[in-house]
Amino acid sequence: MEKLIGDLKRQIIEALNLKHLKPEDIGDEQPLFVEGLGLDSIDALELIVLLQQHYNIKLADPQEGPQIFKSVKTMAQYITSNKTA
Amino acid sequence: MGIYIKGMGNISPQNSWRDTPLLANPIDYTGDRLKCIEPDYSQFVDVKQLRRMSRIIKMGVAAGAMALREAGLNTPNGIITGTSYGCLEDTGIFLSKMIENNENALNPTPFIQSTHNTIGSQIALLLQCQGYNQTYTQRAFSFENALIDALLDLKDNPEQSILAGGVDEITDFSHELQKRFGIFRRKSSSSLNLFKEQDRGTLNGEGAAYVVLSGIRGEGNAICLDSVETFYKPLKTTFREKIQAFLESAELKADEIDLLMIGKSGDKTWDMESDKISSSLFSSSSIGVFKHLCGEYPTASAFALWLSVSIMKDKKLPDVVLQKDCSRPPNNVLIYNSYFGKYHSLILLRTC
Amino acid sequence: MKGRVHVAGTGIISAIGNSVPDSLLSFKNHFSGIGKVTLFNTIYENDLPVGEVRMSNAELSDKLSYHPTISRTALLGIHAAREAVRSSNIDLGKWRTGLISATTVGGMDRTESFFNSFLKDHSKGKLRDVVHHECGSSTELIADDLGINGFVSTINTACSSSVNAIALGARLINHNRLDVVIAGGTDALSKFTLNGFNSLMILDRQPCRPFDAGRNGLNLGEGAGFVVLISDRVKASVGLNTQCYVNGFANTNDAFHQTASSPEGRGSFGAMQKALDMSELSPEKIAYINLHGTGTLNNDLSEGTAVKRLYGDKYPRVSSTKAFTGHTLGASGGIEAVFSILSIQHQCVFPNLRFETPIPEISITPQLNFETGLDVNHVMSNSFGFGGNCSSIIFSKS
Repeated sequence: MEKLIGDLKRQIIEALNLKHLKPEDIGDEQPLFVEGLGLDSIDALELIVLLQQHYNIKLADPQEGPQIFKSVKTMAQYITSNKTA
Repeated sequence: MGIYIKGMGNISPQNSWRDTPLLANPIDYTGDRLKCIEPDYSQFVDVKQLRRMSRIIKMGVAAGAMALREAGLNTPNGIITGTSYGCLEDTGIFLSKMIENNENALNPTPFIQSTHNTIGSQIALLLQCQGYNQTYTQRAFSFENALIDALLDLKDNPEQSILAGGVDEITDFSHELQKRFGIFRRKSSSSLNLFKEQDRGTLNGEGAAYVVLSGIRGEGNAICLDSVETFYKPLKTTFREKIQAFLESAELKADEIDLLMIGKSGDKTWDMESDKISSSLFSSSSIGVFKHLCGEYPTASAFALWLSVSIMKDKKLPDVVLQKDCSRPPNNVLIYNSYFGKYHSLILLRTC
Repeated sequence: MKGRVHVAGTGIISAIGNSVPDSLLSFKNHFSGIGKVTLFNTIYENDLPVGEVRMSNAELSDKLSYHPTISRTALLGIHAAREAVRSSNIDLGKWRTGLISATTVGGMDRTESFFNSFLKDHSKGKLRDVVHHECGSSTELIADDLGINGFVSTINTACSSSVNAIALGARLINHNRLDVVIAGGTDALSKFTLNGFNSLMILDRQPCRPFDAGRNGLNLGEGAGFVVLISDRVKASVGLNTQCYVNGFANTNDAFHQTASSPEGRGSFGAMQKALDMSELSPEKIAYINLHGTGTLNNDLSEGTAVKRLYGDKYPRVSSTKAFTGHTLGASGGIEAVFSILSIQHQCVFPNLRFETPIPEISITPQLNFETGLDVNHVMSNSFGFGGNCSSIIFSKS
């Protein structure tokens, strides 16, 4: 899980072009949206693509997004329970 | 009623935004592609917002900010942008991914940023400007259309300030593609010598230039944008008369034009006609050229506007621009741009 | 004192018909043009309904006498612009005539085939497939077809583009720079836009349900819509009997987000209010609003909120015709302008298909049937686009 969280932080920084941040700047449970990192709806879509590209998980309904993308930790938990080979 | 130029911003292949005397050290390029000299964009936009912006959007936003800064304005009443190619980089990225990934797992950001109006809307978003917002994309008339729109608007609402600009970029894809049309010089060792070496082909250019226009004069000397007109495929037989009619509407004759800023491209095929017009109608005017400085691109007339206004402010014509010097102070300046023989435009500037 | 800008002709092509009379018939019969993608190969063939014009490129180019390799956007535009000019009976050459078109896609339908080859090898791909890529190029093809070489312009403000084109045409006539303007827009369906909108996850996998509580996104469409605008002088000189005129318009920017509209619909509200101000009409004079109504969760709520802000519960008849045509992007303003003018000419309003339940937050029930015999004196048409570009236009009965 720790490795996954570390990977995820790097992937998020790359996918969302958060060049001003380093992985250690993002807390595991820090809110990603609204407060915290302050990401928006376009970032949410990019995270959906990230799940597909890196973890082969397809999120058909964007409404599920807010729960899954609450923090890096919730993302990691979702990936762990849904990852297909 | 005058329409005054209150501020300008220009990002181009020359030092057009640094605080130096106008074209004191013109930059000479080898090859067929001129590239913009770009500022540190974090001066103009928060780093968190910069992350999503492609190069052309940053260029447009920064040029717009420079113009507003010079005009002493936080927000204009309207934002009008001319761009022929739009956001090429993002268009290319999305298209490539669509093909490579066979339509799977496509990032939305390049698609969102690929629409032509992204430049103007990003400026509006950053400034929270809810006023008039327009984007023109009529090839070499894109910037002229933006100016014509601004003039119409300010005639009705002279108390307003309008930010109008012309922006176009080169990407690796677009340059490779355009090369195949055979429009660039095969060999060029010096862009500054473009007009000294008669040859086929021009140089590829890019830039972002914005101007703040208002019907309110303000203090000190002023430079007015008098009139703008576009001519699509004009007949050679009647074009000279149209130019004269354009000047007559401004109560001017051709011999009252102190400086003709001519948009020759360096391609002898197309430049022949421009030269004929310049020698027949404007024999007593000083002649200036500009595409050896910025390259050829659809909104190059925006660079010409910045250059002409700068010259009128300084009351000095840089040697690198001057092709013929009639030693007249530049009070009436006519920009005559042409683009591959099909698009011709006139922009008249006057000190007032 | 400014004169009037009269509508002398209209032309249209969309999923519900290749002409103005055909479109009216489709409305009467509640015939929607939404169906499967046939124009290009896509993995979404069975998933994403679209509103395609029922003519292939070969059929269009044959009918219009063009080479089949010119872009579909240009072909659709030429088709509709010709109908508009024909219906106006104006001799364009006699006047200071301009063409203002709008498109978001330009020649992308050809460029994407070119790119397939170009991507692998930059020396490959047929150049004729990209020579008309630029938006302005399809406008020039229309201008050349109609013999117009005066003022030619193209606007691209996403989905609000062609309303802006018509508004500019009216302004140029009002300022006595032009006598006649052909204005509108055209956009062809392309794989690029289908995938683009799909990446935003705002496409409905079923035929769209604008303004319905259960709506789930938009269906893309294609087409072209043009109007011929003329000045008082031209109308008097030609002795034309026109039925409506451009009474007001407005262009604002929501300045909220790149793709989403503000929850309170400030851009939409601003556009509608300013159009009313220009026309000096009070809101209750509007008999019908042709909504932008794409069917997305965001637009319909935002636009509906703006309508309620303007009207409270006393809103006029409203409907989105996108349930018929799909969202035709840059052409939507032009197409829906033609529908608005039809509404005045035939004193009718059009239904909002597939509506069942009002959106709870706004409780707006749109027009459900095609209805005639009404008093339609003033019609408003809304077009709101990405980048916060919001425009509204009002047509009034002469």
